[in-house]
Amino acid sequence: MTTTAIPPLAPKEYASDQEVRWCPGCGDYAILKAMQRALADVGARPEQTVFVSGIGCAARFPYYVSTYGFHTVHGRAPAIATGIKLANPELDVWVISGDGDSLSIGGNHTLHVLRRNVDLQLILFNNEIYGLTKGQYSPTSRRGTRSPSTPQGSVDNPVSACAFALGAGARFVARAVDTQQPQLVEVLKRAHAHRGASFVEVFQNCVVYNDGVFDHFTEKTVAADQQLHVTHGKPLRFGKDGQRGLRLRPGRLELEVVTVGEGGGGLTEADLLVHDETNSALAGMLVALEPPQFPVALGVLYCNPGPTYEREVYAQIAAAGPPVGDLDALLRSGRTWTV
Amino acid sequence: MIHPMATATPPSHSTAPRQEREQAVIRFAGDSGDGMQITGSQFTVETALAGNDLATFPDFPAEIRAPAGTTFGVSAFQIHFGSTDILTAGDELDVLVAMNPAALQVNVKDLRVGGLIVADKAAFTERNLLKAGYRQNPLEDDTLAPYRILKLDVTKLTEEAVKEFGVTAKEAHRCRNMWALGLMLWMYGREAQATVGWLEQKFAAKPAIMRANVAAVRAGHAFGETAELTDHVTGYTIAKADVPPGVYRTVSGTEAIAWGLLAGLRAAGIEKLLFAGYPITPASALLHTLAGLKPYGVVTFQAEDEIAAIGAALGASYAGALGVTSSSGPGIALKTEMLGLAIATELPLVVINSQRAGPSTGMPTKTEQSDLFQAVHGRNADAPLVVLAASSPADCFEVAIEAVRLATTYMTPVILLSDGYLAHAAEPWRVPDLSSLPRHPVRFRTDPAGFHPFVRDPETLARAWAVPGTPGLQHRIGGLEKSADTGHISYDPENHQRMTTLRAAKIAGIARDIPLQQVALGEDRGALAVVGWGSTFGPIQQAVRQARAAGLDVSHLHVRHLAPFPRNLGDLLRRFDRILVPEMNAGQLVQLLRAAYLVPAEGLNQVTGKPFRVAAILAAIRVQLNEGRGNGERGIGS
Repeated sequence: MTTTAIPPLAPKEYASDQEVRWCPGCGDYAILKAMQRALADVGARPEQTVFVSGIGCAARFPYYVSTYGFHTVHGRAPAIATGIKLANPELDVWVISGDGDSLSIGGNHTLHVLRRNVDLQLILFNNEIYGLTKGQYSPTSRRGTRSPSTPQGSVDNPVSACAFALGAGARFVARAVDTQQPQLVEVLKRAHAHRGASFVEVFQNCVVYNDGVFDHFTEKTVAADQQLHVTHGKPLRFGKDGQRGLRLRPGRLELEVVTVGEGGGGLTEADLLVHDETNSALAGMLVALEPPQFPVALGVLYCNPGPTYEREVYAQIAAAGPPVGDLDALLRSGRTWTV
Repeated sequence: MIHPMATATPPSHSTAPRQEREQAVIRFAGDSGDGMQITGSQFTVETALAGNDLATFPDFPAEIRAPAGTTFGVSAFQIHFGSTDILTAGDELDVLVAMNPAALQVNVKDLRVGGLIVADKAAFTERNLLKAGYRQNPLEDDTLAPYRILKLDVTKLTEEAVKEFGVTAKEAHRCRNMWALGLMLWMYGREAQATVGWLEQKFAAKPAIMRANVAAVRAGHAFGETAELTDHVTGYTIAKADVPPGVYRTVSGTEAIAWGLLAGLRAAGIEKLLFAGYPITPASALLHTLAGLKPYGVVTFQAEDEIAAIGAALGASYAGALGVTSSSGPGIALKTEMLGLAIATELPLVVINSQRAGPSTGMPTKTEQSDLFQAVHGRNADAPLVVLAASSPADCFEVAIEAVRLATTYMTPVILLSDGYLAHAAEPWRVPDLSSLPRHPVRFRTDPAGFHPFVRDPETLARAWAVPGTPGLQHRIGGLEKSADTGHISYDPENHQRMTTLRAAKIAGIARDIPLQQVALGEDRGALAVVGWGSTFGPIQQAVRQARAAGLDVSHLHVRHLAPFPRNLGDLLRRFDRILVPEMNAGQLVQLLRAAYLVPAEGLNQVTGKPFRVAAILAAIRVQLNEGRGNGERGIGS
């Protein structure tokens, strides 16, 4: 990398010249905007940045960013991104995916890119529906989802994207909502700063096939009580006046919602759990919180860096010996004879 | 290097004079735990060092340790060697080493009449005989009357040879293969020096086992020299083969492909090769080989599945390395969709298919060449790519170089067809002078002026290779159809027609950049052309050689470039009255030739999991030439 000062780019300079073709009102617009802001904020160099996607509405994303982009095969973006990072670890790679792409057809690759800890950002746009194929239920759809393929309602249990990521061994797991720009930008920047595989689930509203599926925790009227924005080292507080919080139920390994301060029965902030983003057990409990009993946990739920895959691979290559340009010795290694 | 010419002076203790032979075929057969592959490999090394030409055929079960003594657990290693040009592993055996009744049962049908059986009589117990399906001991009745038999208590002889080294009974038993190897080395006048050196290295950490194995080899060798063998068992002398001067080694198809890829990488001036694979028989050996070659610019990646393997390889090519993946038929099937993306995005990629018997899992360790249709046509939509086939273990080197050249010059995936036989078989190889190999350097695009991702070289029609990290060339590619003029997404009907035509024209145009089809043996016109591809080269060449020696008007053509075909292939075929296409499949090249050139090609087809016998092809040649004209409508494969 050169050290020449490069003038920072404005968010709009990360937009490509292509007309965006998502439905009007799609949550993807908000994510695209947040990404452009985040790229500008981190000073991403377009020529060093690659967006890789699979198939689906979200997967059109690379066409709209002024960096390098590779729109690939359904579910396989993590595999292609792994190849890119192994070929050139200097590249800054983002994988853009949806719930069907990452958790259904591509579930295997999501698992392995996370457990290997390839240094990239995997952003999963979760709208709990197959949009591009016109509205079939997806692996994150809740039970009973009525769709063209499940006219009587779906009977399979949904997968939790973040629980899956933690189970796969992801060392960075975060969540955000498409329309909450400052928080989303912040999460994307944190994901970018993390060395290793960063997994971000973005709740994204599909205005055509699943409109309002997240309203029960994103609507203005309920957001404060149904969202928990976590910050490392800070108590797990939420609610309109920050008067509610989470603590461990005494004597049990489970969380409970309590009120602190006025009307809190004597409980204070000191009684609340403090967020520790390096604690995987806590992360496991946070991702499992579901409304209405609990708020949805948002922000960086888990961040515990470890060695990245490509660094380990290249360390082994270095350990195998200095580069050899000449093949003659190789071809003459072992037993030879001269005629 | 001076190597021992042990055949020059017959051992002094030998009871009978050595007889001159031009060539011999030996098969070592035993349980899959008996170490037959190692035995065969060591005999191969000693034979190569003795200056013979050779060809090998390892044949082993898919099971790692099949139940002992069973016929399906028999593992065999065949070697054909001689003072003449050796092209196949041999039709018929001169010697069968049978370590147990099952090995005898499975293999004796391949022994020529009058051939020699060397059997470990200690293994012919009632229990083992039963497992092999023998009601009586064939060593004791007249079952084996057409053959010569050397019944030896190899077990006991081995145990006696190794007892002083304090190894366990089991360890002693496992030295039996080395004793048998020693005897065969004596029989053909080979030294055991290379084997002893190999054992010293392999068992350096286990000195007792090392000494026991060395003692077993030496005991077997000495037994031949000193024992009073029966009249009809003697030693043989096989002179050195007359080959061009140079440095030689033995090479397997797997090694040759690995090294060919590296030579191709250098010729292309590319810094890095990413090899991504998923374990599958018989292709895994290439992943293993390349994993040991990291200092040569190789990054290996064992992916989570076949799709991820080709995906990572394609990602690497996108990022400016050479992406290579490898598998066998069932795995190639899984890679199909990604091949389509490689074609749509016009990125270089090398895909190696070590074909095996199918469909589905089929017979994983047995060879076949039934994936030609899959390679040429096996994708959705109009999706042309380049298909090459290697014809021998050594040929794999050149074909791998060619695969890299075409992939990078034309920005296209290339499928290299190998097979289970080529992957494991070995032959002597004159090590090439790498400095004389032609270079074909790639030119990565760096100039932003006039750039779009599908801007093409007017001559090759290859699109520009613009690699992430290059300032000013940021672009987006993918599986959606792109405008030929801008590289942006396009659903324009005329554009799709144009892009489809361009993709086809690019691949078809490669015919101008590959060698003309040569005649491998014989004239370029005549009564009969025998046309082959892949690992059938040896048996076809040998059969045509024999037919010509018998005065028949027949030529051999062997096609390396299967898509596109060499531009003169049609004209060449039309100069022959008849065309015979032997294939280890139900008739694939024969159909491609008929479709492309409307020639009356006929198939000779075999899917037994084994290479063709020379005699089978020779017989088919005779049928073709004796049947006369007017019978050209015979069905394919009949």
